[in-house]
Amino acid sequence: MTAASSLTAPGAPAARPGRRFGFAWIGVVPFVLFAAGFLVLPTAYLLTGSLQDTHGQVTLQNYARLSEPNLASAYAASIEISLVTAVGGGIFGFLLAYAVIAGGLPRFLRNALMTFCGVASNFAGVPLALAFTFTLGASGLLTPLIKSLGITLNIYSKTALELAYMYFQFPLMVLIIAPAIDGLRRDWREAAENMGATSFQYWRYVAFPILLPSLLGTTILLFGNAFGAQATAYELSGGTINIVTIAITRQIRGDVVNDPGVGYALAMGMVVIMAVSIGAYSLLQRRAERWRR
Amino acid sequence: MNRLSRLAWWLVFIVGFLYFFLPLLGTFAFSMRSQPLFSAYAVVTDDPQFAETLIYSFIVGVLTIIVSIALIVPTAYWVRLRLPRLRPYIEFITLLPFVIPPIILVFGLLRTYSGGPLPLAGSDFGSNVLLVAAYTVLSFPYMYRAVDTGLRAIDVQSLTEASQSLGAGWLRILVQVIIPNLRVSLLSGAFLTLAIVVGEFTIATFLARPAFGPYISLLGGNKAYEPAAVSLISFGLTWIAMGLISLFGRGARTRVQVVGAR
Repeated sequence: MTAASSLTAPGAPAARPGRRFGFAWIGVVPFVLFAAGFLVLPTAYLLTGSLQDTHGQVTLQNYARLSEPNLASAYAASIEISLVTAVGGGIFGFLLAYAVIAGGLPRFLRNALMTFCGVASNFAGVPLALAFTFTLGASGLLTPLIKSLGITLNIYSKTALELAYMYFQFPLMVLIIAPAIDGLRRDWREAAENMGATSFQYWRYVAFPILLPSLLGTTILLFGNAFGAQATAYELSGGTINIVTIAITRQIRGDVVNDPGVGYALAMGMVVIMAVSIGAYSLLQRRAERWRR
Repeated sequence: MNRLSRLAWWLVFIVGFLYFFLPLLGTFAFSMRSQPLFSAYAVVTDDPQFAETLIYSFIVGVLTIIVSIALIVPTAYWVRLRLPRLRPYIEFITLLPFVIPPIILVFGLLRTYSGGPLPLAGSDFGSNVLLVAAYTVLSFPYMYRAVDTGLRAIDVQSLTEASQSLGAGWLRILVQVIIPNLRVSLLSGAFLTLAIVVGEFTIATFLARPAFGPYISLLGGNKAYEPAAVSLISFGLTWIAMGLISLFGRGARTRVQVVGAR
């Protein structure tokens, strides 16, 4: 801002927006520099590293190596876990939000649920992993109950990780989808009923098509949310589960044969998947907003 | 609404409630296995490292909030006032942390600043700088969104012109006119930042910082009942932060605040 203040003397009338472009851009320089230094530059470092071999020659070899069984299965596991928790968390989160908004439950439950979802969607990482260990682990609270049902749950398994991720996935769905459900106007339902539509027809031809972009978009966001998670997985499995974020963890630590290029390629592969899912999310979100006023 | 479907919705709610509640109950029950009752909590809170790491993370959180506000508020204000054409680009930058999750961010930061002209990762002070910088980056998406929505609700143009005709400079306009008008947005952003920073694990671990998140993890590997106690305390802290947000943010337009992966 100091740079900007020297341009227009205090007291001078403000220019109309969009006019007199001149040197006004200097005002955003501090922010852009910060973002460049601590966000873009580090990512660019990984990108250029991923395109070089150990001698600094340009190569795509690092990306080719992502198809090696160990790395490919890390991607497969990450995608599977993210898909399962996004779809599962998405469906359950939607049902839960609908239950408290339009399911005829007392009003105070809605406020309680929204607050709880705010907390739960932010209760991720180490404490969450520990909480699941104390509940479903070797000497967990529910372990005897689950065993008596004939189910064995390995706390280091993908299933256990999916259960833990669900703890922040469906609350996030509730938080994001609630405004969309609120946006379903009563007149639409009444209009449909007046024309003789059944409840199923109302859902099939009115409510569902309106909610679809939000539902799809948020599910994709949940996918990205699970895909990028590291702390929860690391703590729950003790760093043994083979997913992308843990594979990258090993690369940073240098626990694997020293070949930095592959680590960078692993990271960039992840960035690409995240970019596609966030891009799809914002496109769908924009579409969903058409129905709101 | 017939009785059967209402019953079904109640069932959905109860399943959701149990999913929330059982892990907390499991953690609490586990912490109570140490004798005498509540001794796990006493042991943990007596551990000097508990207070040290918690205070460290709190200070880092406060610094993050200050840096984030100092960067975002002037930028969002200036873009709204003078550079509306840049808005999509600035917004794009603030959304990048969703695409670059913490594990990738810290990977890049470590490689970029371990050697070269600016070896920040080599010193304690430099690592602290990197930690605050990384957390500031993570705060961009919701901070910018909160500030931008806040600015939309006030007449930036008139406020600026009125302040200028009274002789105020840019700094004065920002600090005494714009920021007070953004109070609600900034407070929610600040508490959300605290909730995330206190207990963050990935970045703090790789930068080898004595923060609360790595401390909980360390405890989880070494002790039996104390980690359960700390997990619950950490849950309580998240709850307090979220409670403060809904307390201050009452009537604010954007209540939903989405944070990146952890």
